[in-house]
Amino acid sequence: MANNRLLVSMSPHDHGKDNVKKIMYGVVLAMMPAFLVSVYYFGLDAIRVNLIAIAACVFFEWFIQKVFFKGKPTITDGSAIVTGMLLAFNVPTNLPWWILVIGALVAIGIGKMSFGGLGNNPFNPALVGRVFLLISWPVQMTSYPKIQVLNFAITDAETGATPLALVKEGLKNGEPFSQIIESMPTSYTDMLIGQMGGSLGEISALALIIGGLYMLIRKIITWHVPVAVLASIAIFTGILYGINPEAYADPAFHLLTGGVMLGAIFMATDMVTSPMTGKGMLIYGVGIGVITVLIRVWGAYPEGVSFAILIMNAFVPLINKATKPKRFGETIKKQ
Amino acid sequence: MIVLKTFPKGGVHPAENKLSKGKKIEKLNMPETVTIPISQHIGAPAVPVVNKGDIVKIGQLIAKSGGFVSANIHSSVSGKVLKIEPSMDASGYKRMSIIIKVEGEEYEPDIDLSDTLVKECSLNADEIKKRIADKGIVGLGGATFPTHVKLSVPPGKTAEHLVINAVECEPYLTADHQLMMEKPDEILVGCSIMAKAIGVNKVLIGIENNKPDAIKLFKEKAVSFNNIEIYALKVKYPQGGEKQLIKALINREVPSGGLPIDVGCVVQNVGTAFAVYEAVQKNKPLYERVVTVTGKNVKNPVNLLAKVGTPISELIELAGGLPEDTGKIVNGGPMMGKAVNNQQIPVTKGTSGILLFPNKLAKRPKVYNCIRCSRCTHVCPMNLEPHLLKNLSNKALWEELEKERVLDCIECGSCSYTCPAGIPLLDYIRLGKANLNRIIRSRK
Repeated sequence: MANNRLLVSMSPHDHGKDNVKKIMYGVVLAMMPAFLVSVYYFGLDAIRVNLIAIAACVFFEWFIQKVFFKGKPTITDGSAIVTGMLLAFNVPTNLPWWILVIGALVAIGIGKMSFGGLGNNPFNPALVGRVFLLISWPVQMTSYPKIQVLNFAITDAETGATPLALVKEGLKNGEPFSQIIESMPTSYTDMLIGQMGGSLGEISALALIIGGLYMLIRKIITWHVPVAVLASIAIFTGILYGINPEAYADPAFHLLTGGVMLGAIFMATDMVTSPMTGKGMLIYGVGIGVITVLIRVWGAYPEGVSFAILIMNAFVPLINKATKPKRFGETIKKQ
Repeated sequence: MIVLKTFPKGGVHPAENKLSKGKKIEKLNMPETVTIPISQHIGAPAVPVVNKGDIVKIGQLIAKSGGFVSANIHSSVSGKVLKIEPSMDASGYKRMSIIIKVEGEEYEPDIDLSDTLVKECSLNADEIKKRIADKGIVGLGGATFPTHVKLSVPPGKTAEHLVINAVECEPYLTADHQLMMEKPDEILVGCSIMAKAIGVNKVLIGIENNKPDAIKLFKEKAVSFNNIEIYALKVKYPQGGEKQLIKALINREVPSGGLPIDVGCVVQNVGTAFAVYEAVQKNKPLYERVVTVTGKNVKNPVNLLAKVGTPISELIELAGGLPEDTGKIVNGGPMMGKAVNNQQIPVTKGTSGILLFPNKLAKRPKVYNCIRCSRCTHVCPMNLEPHLLKNLSNKALWEELEKERVLDCIECGSCSYTCPAGIPLLDYIRLGKANLNRIIRSRK
């Protein structure tokens, strides 16, 4: 009788159809505009770095899952691909392949699998990998190739400093900000579209914003974190710039350079490592913005987004505790 | 543009799939036998007052209310009582049932079977409540709470509003909608009778905006009643939850652990209003109700007037038969209904729909690790944290669950519905509630 095949399960019997895999591939799709810009400015190297990082991340996840966890493979969920791409986005395109592979091992092995895999990691895995590399190989991690439009020849490209490093250096030597900016070959429009040196995926603010809008529409992210990060950076640097426009860079410069856009839109919004409520997300975002500016203006590194996100990742459990949603009917006392 | 009212936080909007929308309510043929469970309501089971071999008429009392929170049960057919024995109902448990073999079609003589609208009601509040209790009326929205109990405002509380739930927020179901289109006057009279019973002069009817025809019709009809107001609500599940509905309509929050009467409200379903009309004005006990039979592969999705006790197989037959690849039969809507394992389950007072899912839709989604996306928290209409409740339940930390107010959960299923990791959050929460309730009982 056909009745024997009737499934009996508890309600609900309908499902919203969105799943982890769709979310992960949605993030990959959202990274495409920035990826294409990187290919445009960095050529084949951009593809090479992405492929190595993705392949290494997927391999390490598969290997650890199989050998240490002895579990079913989880690599099809797409999260290792996202980590691989984000790691690639956060390094210079001329990075030697073996450094990249070590980065992937740290990202997946320490950043993610050592905590139990997808969903259990307190820190953003790609950033764990990135920061490990930055501390271990500071020279290779900060010699950025000069951009060359659509140059697919494999040559040893010249390296140059990023606008962020130039400004930091200049301001440290007492040069006024307006002069540094004037002498720089990069205009603000160039910064917006990505015509400047930097890590693979961070250069084009515009491409990253397009990806961010896509994720907003797909409801992969909410507005809270990006807006909180960007607004707090703008306000904090705006105050400094207002106090002394020659000693501090202006807010637009801060927003358009370095890893701010990449961090605010793709790294800080990672569901696993960010708070659960809107209010919590705002606190977390403001924390990232403030720490970024503190590092950029008074710290040793020209860039501080990665550190800021990792530091705030550590506060997420506390933020979640402090910003529990107010229960329905909680405030009114029962008679 | 007018901003439609709704509850502010949480909720989901599943595909509506109202396939049987606009289908006239058809009367089901008289079944051969009916199986009438004596426990079709929340509260104590009714006590049978007939014996094997007795001849009964349609509308005759066959089981008497077994306590204050309980309800009378009447025969839906005329014929002979075959046996009184346990039989499986939609819960999956065997429950004592009265099985009657149908012979002829003979009604209790005091039932008014005409279609004439009787508007005036000369009974006083207590008489109305007694009549409703006598006729076995229970909440037809699904919870089947005895209506006369709900209409008895406890001492020390005052009712200000009668709230009528005409939301029908469950996808697929159209029984209430169709009833509203066909019996608007009767429903409105039913509402004013209930208002009289609880002594309020304000009736609020909330209708979701996906039923514009019903909103229009009721706004026109309500003009002749000076105390009934119709509100169009934004389509959002679970707006039919009474706490959500009150919040949407008058922006009052029922306190945690409290009842609607704590904020001066009594909530009744629109189907119940019709049943109250029939009971009070027509002397008709609750022995039949409107049931939607529907599903993606169902040939002829329908709204049926089905007698209590009819096996659901007969309803499915009228809807074009059981589709070849049916993988799940649900008694109720897709969000809160109960899956059943056979077609012999009887229609009861609480059956609002029979939903047939093809195999593909019957299966639950693949389960991943929780990615802490917090969507469950955002859709929870009670502002709970389902992911947290799931973890506590998984670790058997029942007392912790109490602090997190797990008992506030209305089991609407929005969390499980929305979880991208496919985690059956509500399963864990139910487990937690059951264990916590056990602990709370043992404290006494």
